[in-house]
Amino acid sequence: MYRISMGILAAGAAVAFATAAAAQNFDDPKDFAYAEELLKMKPQGPEGKPWEQNLGGKEVDTSKYKKPGPYRICFSNAGVDNPWRVVGWTDMQAQVDKDKADIKSFSAADAEGKDDKQISDINSFVSGDSCDILIVSPNTTAALTPAVEAACKKLPVVVFDRGVLTQCPVTFVNPIGGYGWGIQTANFIAEKLPKGGKVLGLRILPGVDVLETRWSAANRIFKEKGINVVGAEFTGGDNAKTKSIVEDYIRRFGKIDAIWMDAGATAVAAIEAFEDAGQPNPIITGEDQEDFLVKWQKEKLTAFAPTYPTYQWRSAIIASLKILKGEPVIGPTWKLPQPDITEATLATYVDPKMPPLHYAMCGCKDLPGYPQRWGGKP
Amino acid sequence: MTAIVSGAPRPRRAPPAPLFLFVGSLFLYVGVAIWTGQTSQLHTEGWVGLLQRMVALGIVGVGQTFVILCGSIDLSVANLISVGAVAASFIMQGREAMMLPAVAVVLAISVVVGAINGAIIAGLRVNPLIATLGVGLVLQGLLSASFTDFAGSVPQAFQAFAYGAVGPVPYSVLGLFALALAAWWTLGATRFGAHLYAVGGNAEGARLAGVRTHLVMVGAHVICSVLAGVTGLYLASRLRSGAPWVGRDGVYDLESIAVVVIGGTLLAGGRGGVWGTLAGVLLFATLDAALNMLGVPAYPKLILRGAIVILAVAAYAARTREHVA
Amino acid sequence: MTTTVAGEGWPRGRAIAIAKHVNAAMVVFVVLYAVVGILQPSYLEPAGLMNFLRRSAPLAILASGQLFVLAAGGFDLSMSALVTLTVIGGSMLADNNPDNTWWTIGALYGIGLAVGALNGLIVSFLKVPSIIATLGTLLCVDGAAMMWSGGSPRGYLPDNFRAFGRLVLHDVPVIGTFPIAVGVLIVFTLLAWWGLHVTVFGQRVFAVGDNPRAAELAGVRVSATRVAAFVISALSAVTGGIMLGGFGGVSVGVGSGLALQAIAACVIGGVQLMGGRGSVVGAVAGAFSLFALFTLLNLVGLPQSLRDTAQGLILISAVASGAWRLRHAG
Repeated sequence: MYRISMGILAAGAAVAFATAAAAQNFDDPKDFAYAEELLKMKPQGPEGKPWEQNLGGKEVDTSKYKKPGPYRICFSNAGVDNPWRVVGWTDMQAQVDKDKADIKSFSAADAEGKDDKQISDINSFVSGDSCDILIVSPNTTAALTPAVEAACKKLPVVVFDRGVLTQCPVTFVNPIGGYGWGIQTANFIAEKLPKGGKVLGLRILPGVDVLETRWSAANRIFKEKGINVVGAEFTGGDNAKTKSIVEDYIRRFGKIDAIWMDAGATAVAAIEAFEDAGQPNPIITGEDQEDFLVKWQKEKLTAFAPTYPTYQWRSAIIASLKILKGEPVIGPTWKLPQPDITEATLATYVDPKMPPLHYAMCGCKDLPGYPQRWGGKP
Repeated sequence: MTAIVSGAPRPRRAPPAPLFLFVGSLFLYVGVAIWTGQTSQLHTEGWVGLLQRMVALGIVGVGQTFVILCGSIDLSVANLISVGAVAASFIMQGREAMMLPAVAVVLAISVVVGAINGAIIAGLRVNPLIATLGVGLVLQGLLSASFTDFAGSVPQAFQAFAYGAVGPVPYSVLGLFALALAAWWTLGATRFGAHLYAVGGNAEGARLAGVRTHLVMVGAHVICSVLAGVTGLYLASRLRSGAPWVGRDGVYDLESIAVVVIGGTLLAGGRGGVWGTLAGVLLFATLDAALNMLGVPAYPKLILRGAIVILAVAAYAARTREHVA
Repeated sequence: MTTTVAGEGWPRGRAIAIAKHVNAAMVVFVVLYAVVGILQPSYLEPAGLMNFLRRSAPLAILASGQLFVLAAGGFDLSMSALVTLTVIGGSMLADNNPDNTWWTIGALYGIGLAVGALNGLIVSFLKVPSIIATLGTLLCVDGAAMMWSGGSPRGYLPDNFRAFGRLVLHDVPVIGTFPIAVGVLIVFTLLAWWGLHVTVFGQRVFAVGDNPRAAELAGVRVSATRVAAFVISALSAVTGGIMLGGFGGVSVGVGSGLALQAIAACVIGGVQLMGGRGSVVGAVAGAFSLFALFTLLNLVGLPQSLRDTAQGLILISAVASGAWRLRHAG
């Protein structure tokens, strides 16, 4: 019986590989070119408030949604299962507090990372008749599309972070995104890397749209510039695993010159692997987490921090209030600027009083409750 | 033979616990809706939404009931759900003509996986926890190696499974209750059902009484796996496509076990039934809906869910004098 | 054989059985590690071996703690959440101040003690099967860690806290380098070995796992023994958490999946689920084997996902072969 079951498993494996991967296209030259264009654009809107700015785009008329206030805002959240979403969620709640004169109620449902639950959550909001507008941060793009389409028929809808496959929301607020991230980071490494230098790519996990595009864009540039990428490994976002992988690479190749990351959560662990191996620090691209910025400043690293700004959670509230007041908003796609942190601007973002996994590009310093609300010390 | 088998408890009378859970859940839902002033959630759409929340966990929960009743457990359901969802949408690729073949393939895979689970447990005498954990890892590995994202899509016609309705009541909700009725009948009125309780109550005794315990075990696992496959089909229909993480992210393995034991089915097997499971599923769905209305954030909800699982099982078990491990 | 609890006959029979299992897991480990060494010779140098031990130390410690619960016939799934709570709680309490390290560690062990005792009490007195009980506490502890921190750690772990997982002593005679983590591993597993295989308590754990009713008749306090086993498991989770936090620094999902890995390590090490048989040497060898397997699959460049598949196959075959040997050993 044992042999039979193993035989079946082997056959299953063969079938699985034969049919493998009619993958979605995460390496689209058109999207790449569009991101390059956006990066060159000068943001429009209030100076120093990137969460209210936009890169190009047109205003849409919202007069048909105009209502007397105060408003009831509903929010279907994909989840708060990582520090980025925790910071963003805190931003959003603080923005609601800031605008409390205009907001009668703010109801949020947390889908805990489950598409199925998020669909039900959206349906409840729509049938519940207690929302003037619905904000959705979709868990995945395609799966949430029908629920959002159904919601659009009853309510104005604002989507942010991940998109949906329909144009029905009044606006979709998001920063430049993965291609922009890949372009910014790969260009930095290409510029700093000594000739023939070795780059190790550290990725969280395969298949996630917002992460795949980061890698595809970076890899495209690495290829164009003839940069030696010795490997790209998945860390699962785990510090211990990241450290082990980097240690193994250092041992195998003797020296690694640069680390490229598709998300910065484990950047400090990667640097520590060099320290523990007695090697000089690498050139590294991380993200805007405070632990990385603090380390960067302390060790005087050659580093770069792209961002996927958490302030977009604020923008969603701002957009919602504009819509309900009948003021024009940028739509159906509102592209936010996606600032990066460089050596020159590091000092403005580094703050040892904030928690290690706080995202510095939160745009939250002017919000009520800063910094304690984000876990910082006064 | 049946004389001895009937010594095992049978679901002739529904124990009061499921009823208590049903009524309690409904009171909770209505109470919270009134308390928060969201009375529109008490209209038809609100109730339908509540029932819709039960479907996915309900189908897999009914399957889990079968294996737990016969003294086993299945940790591979979440992975099999993903396999089913991905296989369905990959084979269909949006083509209506491929609906039947896709469903057939998913069900066939499920039968094979269930048979493997049962064979490893009954034939190789591997602890069911490890056996199904291992099979789950194998499935997930093969699936994730082949697919990394949503694969293919299901045609409009197939979405009727999740989105179609008779009047206000979705097919899927009707389907769940039909399934529960069928399961109730199978457990209570067929020889297979009687044998299942017998094996769960006392496998050695059942074997001596002439029950082919291996076959019963394999049968229970096949049923459980097929229902996991159906859950995968439902999710593919509801999400329009399948991705290799839909089962795992839904935590259907641990949650299906939780609802079964909350419903009063003994983890050791031999006692319990499908209505208890459905009551447990309703309780979880109500919690989701009610805590949304109350605006309770995700973290306290975790604690609440953990406490409910422990306390519910404690309420059933605390009076036993036997040792449990 | 197993029903004649507390008789004179069983320790010798068990010793033979244990010897057999230990050999299996040890052999598996040595073979896997040798292949790793062939593919990547630096693993055969003393520094490479020490580094391997340092990385696998947390899992080995978790496995030897989980072993107590398994041997007593239960499961402890709550380990994962306790590891996460240790890292998050450690960062909140110590808050990057080296002076806080010692009382923080004390407090973390206090939390571990409480969670372990809670698990044991729920199982012993509320009669909730341990899979369900520890699944419940897993959710509760996870939720508590998240509520406490607001979703992500709010402080740094000071260097002296991190030393247990990170610091490596250099210029050590003979072996060259010596990670503190390896020291912790040796101390912890020696204690576990002593507790399980030398003391009367260890015999009681096995007796409870074998047949609680018989153990009770023989005068063993079943509930107290079970509670103690859960406490030991929880303390090992705290220890593992301190080392993982030390090795990698603060993060949120650090503990996820570790309980099942620890159970898998025990199973590969010949521990029998539902109680009665197992050894610390086996659990540790199982953890090393699992880690060597991960390293090997990594070196041959197998996709991440297929590592799951390999792990699943190995788990099933380890248990199946164990069950086969048991039946054919008479």
